[in-house]
Amino acid sequence: MKADKFFKFFLFLCGLLIIILAGGIFVSLISGSFYAVKSFGLGFVLGKIWDPVSEKFGLLPFLTGTFLTSILAMLISIPFSISIALLLGVYYKDGFFNKILSYTSDLLAGVPSVIYGFWALYFLVPIVRKLEMKFNILPYGVGIFTSSIVLSVMIIPFTSSIAKEVISMVPANLIEGAYSLGATTYDVVKKIIIPYSRSGILAGILLSFGRAFGETMAVTMVIGNSNSMPENLFSLGNTMASLIANEFTEATKDIHLSSLIYVAVWLFLLSFVINYIGNWIIKKLSVDVSK
Amino acid sequence: MNTKYRIFKDKFLKMLVTFLSLVAILPLILILFQVVKNGISVVNFKFFTQLPPPPGEGYGGIANSLLGTALLIGLAVLLSVPIGVFAGVYLAENKSRFAEFLRIIVNVLQGLPSIVIGIIAYIWVVRPMGGFSALSGGVALAIMMLPIIVKNTEETLKLIPFSLKEASYSLGVNYTRTILKVVVPTGAGGIISGVIIGISRIAGETAPLLFTAFGNPYISVNPAKPIDALPLLIFNYAMSPYENWHKVAWGASFVLIMFVFTLNLMVKVAGEKWKVKF
Amino acid sequence: MKKLFFIVLFFAFFSAKIFAEDLTGAGATFPYPVYSKMFKEYYKISGVKVNYQAIGSGGGIRQLLSKTVDFGASDAYVDDEDLKKFDSEIIHIPIVSGAVVLAYNIPGSPKLKLTPEIIAGIFLGKIKKWNNPALKKENPKANLPSMKIVVVHRSDGSGTTFIFTDYLCKVSKEWKNKVGRGKAVNWPVGMGAKGNPGVAGMIKQIPGTIGYIELNYAVENDINFAEVKNKSGNFVKPSVKSVELASDCDLPDDMRINLTNTSSKYGYPISGFTWILVYKDLYNGKLNRSKADALANLLWWMTHEGQKFALELNYAPLSENALKKTEKLLKAVNFNGESLLK
Repeated sequence: MKADKFFKFFLFLCGLLIIILAGGIFVSLISGSFYAVKSFGLGFVLGKIWDPVSEKFGLLPFLTGTFLTSILAMLISIPFSISIALLLGVYYKDGFFNKILSYTSDLLAGVPSVIYGFWALYFLVPIVRKLEMKFNILPYGVGIFTSSIVLSVMIIPFTSSIAKEVISMVPANLIEGAYSLGATTYDVVKKIIIPYSRSGILAGILLSFGRAFGETMAVTMVIGNSNSMPENLFSLGNTMASLIANEFTEATKDIHLSSLIYVAVWLFLLSFVINYIGNWIIKKLSVDVSK
Repeated sequence: MNTKYRIFKDKFLKMLVTFLSLVAILPLILILFQVVKNGISVVNFKFFTQLPPPPGEGYGGIANSLLGTALLIGLAVLLSVPIGVFAGVYLAENKSRFAEFLRIIVNVLQGLPSIVIGIIAYIWVVRPMGGFSALSGGVALAIMMLPIIVKNTEETLKLIPFSLKEASYSLGVNYTRTILKVVVPTGAGGIISGVIIGISRIAGETAPLLFTAFGNPYISVNPAKPIDALPLLIFNYAMSPYENWHKVAWGASFVLIMFVFTLNLMVKVAGEKWKVKF
Repeated sequence: MKKLFFIVLFFAFFSAKIFAEDLTGAGATFPYPVYSKMFKEYYKISGVKVNYQAIGSGGGIRQLLSKTVDFGASDAYVDDEDLKKFDSEIIHIPIVSGAVVLAYNIPGSPKLKLTPEIIAGIFLGKIKKWNNPALKKENPKANLPSMKIVVVHRSDGSGTTFIFTDYLCKVSKEWKNKVGRGKAVNWPVGMGAKGNPGVAGMIKQIPGTIGYIELNYAVENDINFAEVKNKSGNFVKPSVKSVELASDCDLPDDMRINLTNTSSKYGYPISGFTWILVYKDLYNGKLNRSKADALANLLWWMTHEGQKFALELNYAPLSENALKKTEKLLKAVNFNGESLLK
């Protein structure tokens, strides 16, 4: 009996340790960013200038860069990930093709970010460059557009796997019933599957948006690393994560370092909110379905 | 409604969806093709045993970063698996409000961007230690692995029916032994799958290593000293202007991708065998 | 689990004994080619391993400040305000000097002559195309296309940037007011790349680019670089010789000086020293005795026997005058008050 009490307490302790870990992370981030918070307050979010020389720091260029690239990536990826989900959940529910496609999709998810970046640098960037030269835009090749493309490829497997799960949860009898009434697969997809799994697909999209949000390596290699506000799609830019990766090891001024940690706080907060909403929707869905 | 039109829409959708799916996996095929094409010429036995070449001269090898990645993975596993598994056990066994809260926290940790984890490891380990080290890199990677282990363990153990525990209790076995000697071993396959998935995830992580592991051009197995890692090497060499370094980066990418894919394959194949089925 | 833990602990302790004599340094990418050659050669003759990570001058200074490395390396000397941040005195040991060249990628590879006004104009974003009249005037024979100029600068905290912006401040009032000088500045135009290698890589790949990199990176990668008009009105080609001439001036005892916009008639105007930074009292820098000895000896070797490797890599070795002052600085390096090099 004593052993049980002790063991149960030990299990509890492990859980507590994790909570303390998370708490510690929170505390470290807050204390690290305190100097910047004191100096800039909430105006930091709207600050357009990031200038280590004059010690003026603002989040807006990077907030914009992060949102632009993530939203674009999300939009670009949607048709592709839903297609994969439909293929795996409706047309080829099992069999050889299903195995190949789902395995390939999992592999896509497993490719390390830095390799995506490496590949993008040497194969995507020259293509974008040629495109830019055709349209007489500055042929950087790198920039918001290129980063969005890489990101969209990276997040396709996430959305598609969640969407596939949700699609396969559509009650079989509904689908069978529709078929027996003479519906084509198109009808079934349009009128039953999509409406039924709409919120699940939305959750999947949100979660992959959250993933794109915090992505660092592939982005920092092809975004052009310009700390000013991006003007258009083909501009150079920077994301919050990429900024931190560029400047963290070298910020000599305390205010610079603290501002970078302040950026990290915002990055964390925003991804947390996005992920929370996505997870909440999924949770609600599983509760609904089980009813 | 015109039947022909409906059949057309049906066929069109199927074609569109198939086409888009194939386009979606095209990048993977392209990446694999490029990695293999550029990397395979560099990868030979020497590649695994030599140190990286200076800029512009020859191909050398990736011995130091291979060893580094191995050490980092070892440290991360050491630090995250014990706590993660037991926390997962706790979650599978408890439905209290504390457990709910813990679940939320684990989700939060999972959503933490890897670069932020790198900052934390710098503040917690590098600064107090007065230097960069494999340990700090291991800590960062462990924090990344932790949620994966916890969640996976919980999911696996939840699949085990209560009847198994009931049977154990009815034989007079206490709670501790039941969990340690019956439940966990039964779920071992799933738990190990989780660990392998975690490893494949962190093997390719670069961001948290940027300000922790630091890099090291020599062979080192000392956790207290800086260390190189495959993704770090790829990052640095890919962005350099030297042709030979690019080749080395391709070779290292080849090795890394093969490693990650093999792990994935292991989980898929053995996962079926190991999954808890009742 | 327990067994594994002890094995790891044992290994760590054991290897700590074997690899006791290695040094960790971080900083500038500017001298990386010559440092990496020097460290390789030094290892051959002494067995001391030097782990140098080229994370940029800003990184070198920061890590020295945090005492997470044994030495830092920078081509930007630490200014008076930042010096106060260090809890004890640090010394700047110059190792070599080098040229920051304007490297470019123009189809047809024309040879370019640039004036300070043109350089400032390009980096301020005012001169946007290669066939701009100002460029044509100085380069009448060159075939300048009507391409847009793509500017590349550093995305990380860089001593090379420091040298370049210091030069621009001296030759352009507008630059001085609008941007200023520093290791990282708010660039009016252009894309950022990491390290000298990153910038060189971008220039190599993108047609129509111009960027500022250390001479060796341009030579090693077959990138064209421009002749620059200096203070005396001469167009000077960056080379070991013209850099040496630029360092031929009055040198302060602590060797913290910028060599830009030299008055030397044939000196290259965008030159600079590159230093290794150490705590004067290495005990304060958190080194142990044997590491301190190793570091002091390394620095002496680099500034004496190691200098021969500079020339072949397009860096200028220390002049006699510079060396005399450097030796004084080296002899001041101590461990808890005890001088290490006698």
